[in-house]
Amino acid sequence: MAEFPTFLNIPLADWIDAFMDWLLMNFAGVFDAIGGGLLVMLLSVERFFLWLPWWFVILFVGIASWWVMKKWWMGFVMALLLIFIGSFGYWKLSMMTLALTTSAVAVSLAIGIPIGILMAKNDLAESIIRPILDAMQTMPSFVYLIPALMLFGLGKVPALFATLIYAIPPVIRLTNVGIRQVSESVVEAARAFGANFWQRLFDVEMPLAVPSIMVGINQTTMMALAMVVIASMIGARGLGLEVLLAINRIEVGRGFEAGLCIVFLAIIIDRITHALSVRHQKEMKS
Amino acid sequence: MEENSVENKNCDIRIEAKGLWKIFGKKAEEIMGSDLRSASKETIQEKTGCVVAVRNVSFTVKKGEFFVIMGLSGSGKSTLIRMLLRLIDSTSGSIFVDGRDVLKFNKRQLRDFRRHTTGMVFQYFGLLPHRSVLDNVAYGLKVQGVPKEKRYARAHETIETVGLKGWEEYLPSALSGGMQQRVGIARALTTEPEILLMDEPFSGLDPLIRREMQDELIELQDKVQKTIVFVTHDLHEALKLGDRIAIMRDGKIIQIGAPEDVITDPADDYVREFVQDASPAKVLTAGGIMEQPESLLYEWQGPKAALRTLRSLKEDHAFMVTRERKLLGLVTMKRLKNLIQDEGLYLKDALETDVATTDPDVVLEELFPIAAEADYPIAVVDEAGKFIGEIQISSIFENMIQEKVEDNNG
Repeated sequence: MAEFPTFLNIPLADWIDAFMDWLLMNFAGVFDAIGGGLLVMLLSVERFFLWLPWWFVILFVGIASWWVMKKWWMGFVMALLLIFIGSFGYWKLSMMTLALTTSAVAVSLAIGIPIGILMAKNDLAESIIRPILDAMQTMPSFVYLIPALMLFGLGKVPALFATLIYAIPPVIRLTNVGIRQVSESVVEAARAFGANFWQRLFDVEMPLAVPSIMVGINQTTMMALAMVVIASMIGARGLGLEVLLAINRIEVGRGFEAGLCIVFLAIIIDRITHALSVRHQKEMKS
Repeated sequence: MEENSVENKNCDIRIEAKGLWKIFGKKAEEIMGSDLRSASKETIQEKTGCVVAVRNVSFTVKKGEFFVIMGLSGSGKSTLIRMLLRLIDSTSGSIFVDGRDVLKFNKRQLRDFRRHTTGMVFQYFGLLPHRSVLDNVAYGLKVQGVPKEKRYARAHETIETVGLKGWEEYLPSALSGGMQQRVGIARALTTEPEILLMDEPFSGLDPLIRREMQDELIELQDKVQKTIVFVTHDLHEALKLGDRIAIMRDGKIIQIGAPEDVITDPADDYVREFVQDASPAKVLTAGGIMEQPESLLYEWQGPKAALRTLRSLKEDHAFMVTRERKLLGLVTMKRLKNLIQDEGLYLKDALETDVATTDPDVVLEELFPIAAEADYPIAVVDEAGKFIGEIQISSIFENMIQEKVEDNNG
């Protein structure tokens, strides 16, 4: 009896495939429309990033880092990392990766923050969404590539879609946590003065949840960057594709250069968003 | 005529709570409908898992009254005050405010009620930590949708009232506890509510600040004349501030009365135990223990008539007043005799103007330093300067001993 009994087999894979087929048969038009809209957005963001002069980006990142981290030398280091990227010859590809990451983060926030609010306000919603988020985060990220590919074909849009699913959980979770941990006494006071649901949300709960939401944004951004690299497998151009090509051709140096550029981008984004969230926390406390 | 007077009486009532119950838990309604509701708190909790927080509470608060709800933690007092503006929904009963049943309000009416009729002050302040003092004080008006300029103008006024001028731009965390609660009070006053609800507002403050804030609250109440419902676990605070006190235990009100009544006539052993430590020195007032002097001297009297009066009463001194009973000072036998010897014609010339005076609201404790300095009785004078009675130094201490003896006998 070493074998698991076959009559207990559940053909989940078949069901999911059937579901996907059904989705494609009936809603292909919807996905095309969504895909078309997203593509327009993605292309304009990418065009914008490629249009920016290199020296402006370096200057901007340098000054922004100095400003949020309150240390002039941090601004200098961040600018230097960007200069390295340029000098490796990966400026354009880096900007494309950055554009896709930025778009994915923007869409994640636009969808994730409202879902987080819903979770915080409704215990039933929380008990339903929480396990879904757990599953989304533990599922190997490659798995998301398949449905994305089927729904949107090859290119930037499925990359964005896969990135979205992979990167959205932290911002949802931390919006939920942030709102739930707002001091009961402050919310009660707002109620006592006759504040309605939206007034409480925007005047009290959201501002007080900002430090937590900022941590969520930081995590979502980092995960988005990681996934954008993987998403190159389904046709997103950028640094990830470079790594993929290097793997196929066994070019160690090329792979290492592209990989290093990703690391530099990650450091810059992480340091800046982290500093922003810490600063918010400090402001709340002092 | 009689009907009229009844109606007038009703007009004076601002809040009327009738048969209020609050049971926390899923089976609340079930318990209310069964005999179980008369069982003890412990029995109900054991049988159903529900907690009875407030049990059949009724009381009325008059316009401009300072009503204190006192009880230890777990007595249901904080739940009760929250039920008044439905921060916690009552299980059963009714709350009439100016004749309208708060429990029957719809969402909109409730919101307007909270915005315009009541203002609340919380134990843990409940200030917005990310907003300046000014924004916090103006918050109630912001919720109402009052434009920025207007609400800031009004907020500046109340900030000045509570003595926080110059702190408008600071965040609450930069302020001490006492100052934060001033912000809380200013916030509640800014919307000009008729009713102030205060849930242990001074409990988190250290004793010195607490006393100071209590004094200021009394002063403030003299000025603004709100109807105040004030929750506290501190008997001294209750006795000091309240026009009337309701004492709660296990969700029930076991006594309602003026501070003096609670002290001198506790309803049961629980209240008696509670008030045992309350020193009469902190409760009895000058007005309460003063006596009417056997005679007064009047400014138009001649020295010899005055001498006759004092001799007939075998008194050594007497207070002198004007026709309107305004206090002028004290005439002593010794001074009077000197005056007559010098053939003085006016009684005024024998007047000792440096007399110890007090107003009738002052508690005995505060009379001690005055009594220590005074050689003669202390004159009790009202706001208009009218003489209304005198207190013999010895009677201050007699009164305190008497109260103690009564306490021990009871």
